[in-house]
Formats: sequence, C-alpha cells, structure tokens
Amino acid sequence: MSDIITVNASGLSCPQPVMMTKKALSGLSSGRVEILVDTATSRSNVSRFGENKGWKVSTEELERGYKVILEK
Amino acid sequence: MDKVLTSRNGPWIAGGILGLIAVALAHLGNPGNMGFCVACFTRDIAGALGFHRAGIVQYLRPEIPGFILGSFISSLVFREYSPRGGSSPAVRFVLGICAMFGALVFLGCPWRAYLRVAGGDWNALYGVGGLAVGVLIGIMFLWNGFSLGASGENPKAAGLVMPVISLSLLALLFIAPKFSENGPVFFSPTGPGSQHAPVIIALAGGLIVGWLAQRSRFCTVGALRDLMMMGDSHLFKGIAAFTLVAFIANYFLGNFKPGFEGQPVAHTNELWNFLGMVLSGLAFTLAGGCPGRQLIMAGEGDSDAGIFVVGMLVGAGMAHNFSAASSGAGIGAYGVHVTVIGLVFCVCVGLMFRERG
Repeated sequence: MSDIITVNASGLSCPQPVMMTKKALSGLSSGRVEILVDTATSRSNVSRFGENKGWKVSTEELERGYKVILEK
Repeated sequence: MDKVLTSRNGPWIAGGILGLIAVALAHLGNPGNMGFCVACFTRDIAGALGFHRAGIVQYLRPEIPGFILGSFISSLVFREYSPRGGSSPAVRFVLGICAMFGALVFLGCPWRAYLRVAGGDWNALYGVGGLAVGVLIGIMFLWNGFSLGASGENPKAAGLVMPVISLSLLALLFIAPKFSENGPVFFSPTGPGSQHAPVIIALAGGLIVGWLAQRSRFCTVGALRDLMMMGDSHLFKGIAAFTLVAFIANYFLGNFKPGFEGQPVAHTNELWNFLGMVLSGLAFTLAGGCPGRQLIMAGEGDSDAGIFVVGMLVGAGMAHNFSAASSGAGIGAYGVHVTVIGLVFCVCVGLMFRERG
C-alpha cells in the first residue's frame, strides 16, 4: 500500500484548499490523500473536487475543522 | 430543506430565491435595480453614521446587518460557527477599501451588477466584463502562489463582534437618535437613501438571504473564479439562477427597461464602469470572496472577513468625502485616481504575498 499524503490547508481562504488538493492529486492514479481544512465550506469544496476527479470521498470531524479523505 | 441547500443543487436554488427577494425589495421601495447591493447599502450605512455627508445616500439599511445575523444564526444552528482570524487583517482592511472604491466608481457590487443586467441596464455589462477580468487577474496571482496566509482559531467570543455591531446598527435604525444638532444618525430626505422597502420586510429579507447564502455558500466572485480556474460551474449556477429569476420577476412586474440611458443609479461611462469592476473583482478575489460572502463569513465568526467589511465601510466614507464616488451624472472628480491607486495596491499585494513551494 502506498503512503498517505497529508495536505494541511487549514485556515486558508478559498480557493487555496482546492488548489492544494489539485496539486496533491496531480500525477496520482491511486492512493490515499488526507486534506485538513478548518471550515465546512472548504470541506464541501474539497469533497466536490475529489468526487469530480473520481476519488472516493469520506470526511471526519476533528476537534477543530475536518479531515477530508480521498481514496482510489 | 438543508440537505437541498448544501447539495449540488444548493447554489442555484438559493440563487433563484435571492433573485426573487432582490426584485421584491426593489419593488417594495428599495432603489431601482438595487434589491440588495452590498456596496450601495454599506455606503448608505456609512452615510447614516456620518462617515460621509452625501445627503442623498444616508440610511441604516437593515439588509446588511440582516445578512450577518442570518448567517450567524444559521452557523450556530448547523454547528458551523467557527471564530477564526489572523490572515493578514490589515491587508484585508485595505482590500475592503479598494473593493468599495471600485464598486462606487461602477455604482454597485457584483450582486448589483447582475441585478442591473436583469433589469435591462446594459451599462452593467461593462461592469460584469470588468468583474470577470478582475477575477482573472486574481486567478493569475493565485496560480503564482498568492496567499494572505492561514488564519487561526480565535476565542469563541471573538466571532460575536460583527453580530453585536449588526444588532447595534439595527438599534440605531429603530431608535433613530440624533447625537447632535447637525450630526448623525442621518436619514436621507430625498434621493436613493430615502427609497427603502418597509423596515421589517427588509430585515426579514436580509435574514433569509443570510441564512440561504450561509448554507449554499453562494458567492458571486467565487462563481466566476471557480468556473474560469477549475471549470467548476457549481457556484456559477447560483448567479445564473439569480440573474435569470431576477430578470423574469422584473419582466412580469414591468421593471425590465432595456437600454443604456436613464437607468436608475447608473452612469454610461463604459471605460470606468469596466475598470471600476476590474478593481472590485481583483480585490474580492484576493480576499477570497464577494462582498456578500464576506458578510456571511463575518457572521460565521471570521474576523478577517469582518475587518474586510469594516474596510468597505471606511472606503465608502472616503469615496464620498474625496469626490471619488460616481453618480447618475458620471464618475466623480477623483474616481480615476482612486481606481488607479486601488489597482496599484492590489497588484502589489498580488505580487508580494506568495507562499513558496
């Protein structure tokens, strides 16, 4: 199994969390990418981006913010 | 209902309802094609408080505090209230000033740009074009690593500042005190500031818009940015529905009057309609969202968005005090100057605030 890639986009304004996710996914055909965000808006945006790119999306609520998990 | 608003259909459903509320408020008394214009109404509030003395645009518009409070209540109910801040607040303050300069040269925020088009004001097409170009310039900075830095968690009480300010504005509206003989609070006896929908209806409209926009993430700048940057039409469907429903409602109410001349609270200078919105579009993109979105985020507890809103309020006062705001007669004596200064500032911010890597 490949390593987990973690992206910390917490606290960043739109559209930076999605841009960072896009960068992390580029050239990646499978694996697991975890993106940390601090707002529900960023959680929705990153989730939608992942779904549009064909990744399986799940989210976890953290003490502060959310972890969006993309798997393929 | 909430599942729908937060789904992929959320933006266009919210956008459609927002378009309907906007036209209804204009029909009930708000100025023409100005159902709720964040820039114009923030400017009117600045005037009511005496931050500028343009006597025809002074009124404590309840829609603006309504947006913030609607978002605040919604974010509490749905557990999305999240006090945060510290992402270059001083820069965001000046970006708010610049965004207001551009909006008052054009005569409207992005929301009103679409509402003006929906009312047949073709001058606003230059504004929408300028908005798209401003967003595009912002996108270029974003692709080159632009960032104002991360915000951090704030104490729970920090997010209460903007809602409390909103309640204070509503108190001033209802009590209407006179702080000195020739002092505020001012209420325009004539002109656009004297035109308003009944207070309770306007406040209710603002609260509903705040709630809908908080749930659906409706954003008029993000709509263009995501479409041009990522090919993502999610938010764009919101402004498409907003404009289309406003157009249909205007048409059936007899408020659709196509043309360039004689449009309400508008001028016909193509170049500065365009460049004013280039400035606004760029400032909003650098700050992460349109003026309505900044109000909504301020309601959710985002102090950086709150300071941007305060910047807009100060910018409105400056624009009128410095003869930079436009009017139906054309652009102000110093409208060109503030637009150029604003563009230079925004370009410097775009170039200098970069994250490496």
